[in-house]
Amino acid sequence: MDFKEKIFQSITYIASICTIVFLFGIILSLFFEGLPVLNFTSIKDFLFSKDWYPTMFPPKFGILSLIAGSFVVTLGALVISIPLGLGAAIYISEIANKRVKEILKPLIELLAGIPSVVYGLFGMAFLSPFLIKVFQVPIGLNAFNASIILGIMVVPIISSMSEDALSTVPNSLREASLALGANKWETIMKVVLPAAKSGVISSIILGFGRAIGETMVVLMVAGGAAQIPDSIFDPVRPMPATVAAEMGETAIGTPHFHALFGIAIILFIITFISILIIEFVVMRRKK
Amino acid sequence: MVNKTQKTAHISTENLNLWFDDNHVLKDINIPIYDKKVTAMIGPSGCGKSTMLRCFNRMNDLIPGCKIKGKVNLYDQNIYDSKVDVTDVRTKVGMVFQRPNPFPKSIYKNVAYGLKVRGEKKAKIDELVEKSLKDAWLWDEVKDRLHESAFSLSGGQQQRLCIARALANNPEILLLDEPTSALDPQSTAKIEELCLELKNKVTILIVTHNIAQAGRISDYTAFIFLGELVEFAPTKEMFTVPKDSRTEQYLSGAFG
Ligand SMILES: Nc1ncnc2c1ncn2[C@@H]1O[C@H](COP(=O)(O)OP(=O)(O)OP(=O)(O)O)[C@@H](O)[C@H]1O
Ligand SMILES: [Mg+2]
Repeated sequence: MDFKEKIFQSITYIASICTIVFLFGIILSLFFEGLPVLNFTSIKDFLFSKDWYPTMFPPKFGILSLIAGSFVVTLGALVISIPLGLGAAIYISEIANKRVKEILKPLIELLAGIPSVVYGLFGMAFLSPFLIKVFQVPIGLNAFNASIILGIMVVPIISSMSEDALSTVPNSLREASLALGANKWETIMKVVLPAAKSGVISSIILGFGRAIGETMVVLMVAGGAAQIPDSIFDPVRPMPATVAAEMGETAIGTPHFHALFGIAIILFIITFISILIIEFVVMRRKK
Repeated sequence: MVNKTQKTAHISTENLNLWFDDNHVLKDINIPIYDKKVTAMIGPSGCGKSTMLRCFNRMNDLIPGCKIKGKVNLYDQNIYDSKVDVTDVRTKVGMVFQRPNPFPKSIYKNVAYGLKVRGEKKAKIDELVEKSLKDAWLWDEVKDRLHESAFSLSGGQQQRLCIARALANNPEILLLDEPTSALDPQSTAKIEELCLELKNKVTILIVTHNIAQAGRISDYTAFIFLGELVEFAPTKEMFTVPKDSRTEQYLSGAFG
């Protein structure tokens, strides 16, 4: 083999090894610092108690309220982003003409490129007072606000990935449907979308992962109260926000420190499972 | 050209012209397609056969940059008239494509598709699915596996499934665009026989590259060359005494 080629091969090989080392390094440190939380609380109390009082004496490390906060804002975000993202994907892939498509696609991708802190600012400065006014609620920084902002953030993920999936549906299927007397709408709903199902589902799961892991937005607009919300207008404290807010004020090696790593483990597991599901969905389609 | 008053045409074109942007693809086409006959369209690649076929169920409407002038009359109704419902035209005029294109659904759902779209009742759908599969000579091969994926069928079976799917709509006319060009000789023979059987019920218009196939199954043949209808005649007549020298050359395999 040529010498240059050999060098090139080694460099790419080392690069790929590095990513694996990083991945396992992060996972190892996560579990190394996180598992000791079980010295201070049982796994049952950790997951199923809603009392999160990490600085009280004795401290309480139940993260159910935080899990609930995360799921409320994430599901709220999906309720907003699935119809919007899927609608945009269908419009771009199936309905828009070439010129409109060329304008819309980069605009939606731009939405994905906005830093999350900018979204957070928007939620604090504009959406919050708006919610107080329109819904007559005492606080505008709450689960609803976070759902809306996260939802907007997830739209481009769902729309661009779903649009890819829709575009790969062969045109011969659309023609077959139309030639059988179906109209455009029926063709989209009964043939194109089902044929793109696995890609669409993957996009939704990816959006879910993005929303549940997003930190800055929930830190800024979710309100920060560690409680299981009674209503969508209650403030909540999702898991990433808790870690980000409290890690700076915690001494290394304290029970609180380990508890925050424990939360990170839970987040990691949730994301890991969602990626596994995507792999499974995609694999099944390829088969 | 055959005298039009001789028989009434099931569907016919009147000064049909078609452009894809600036490309004048069909030029002043006047052709009658007779009821319950098989009409074959032959001609060299790129001469406009598929395009012409797709005028009969308005599939060209979907192509941006396509412009159509003239009429296509289904009996005496111009299907390009603004008050005509396109989905209605496409239900009456079924189409089978060159490559089998079953939906990624079960065999049953493929055949039921058109019926579902029109909101037929379940019992009626069951009945028509069976009938259509029988009419397409596929029933015996699939009756025990109706709910398996259509992709589990062979290419020839898939094409007969596509025929069954079109038949389920109870069309008056069936358009076939080189339906056997992607199939093996045995599957081809089966579909040819099927066409001969089906012409008792529907009018068939088939595009084929295969002159021998046109000779075997068609009653009438249209020879198209560079977007013009050069000759239209009963197949026997055209194949024995072609009137146009270009037809003669094509039939003798000089080009194409
Ligand atoms: N979707 C389209 N957009 C633009 N031009 C097209 C389109 N489809 C066909 N054409 C053009 O129309 C002309 C006729 O094409 P058509 O497919 O009807 O030919 P054909 O006789 O069916 O050929 P073949 O035997 O290869 O199938 C060709 O010049 C082709 O380039
Ligand atoms: Mg063709």
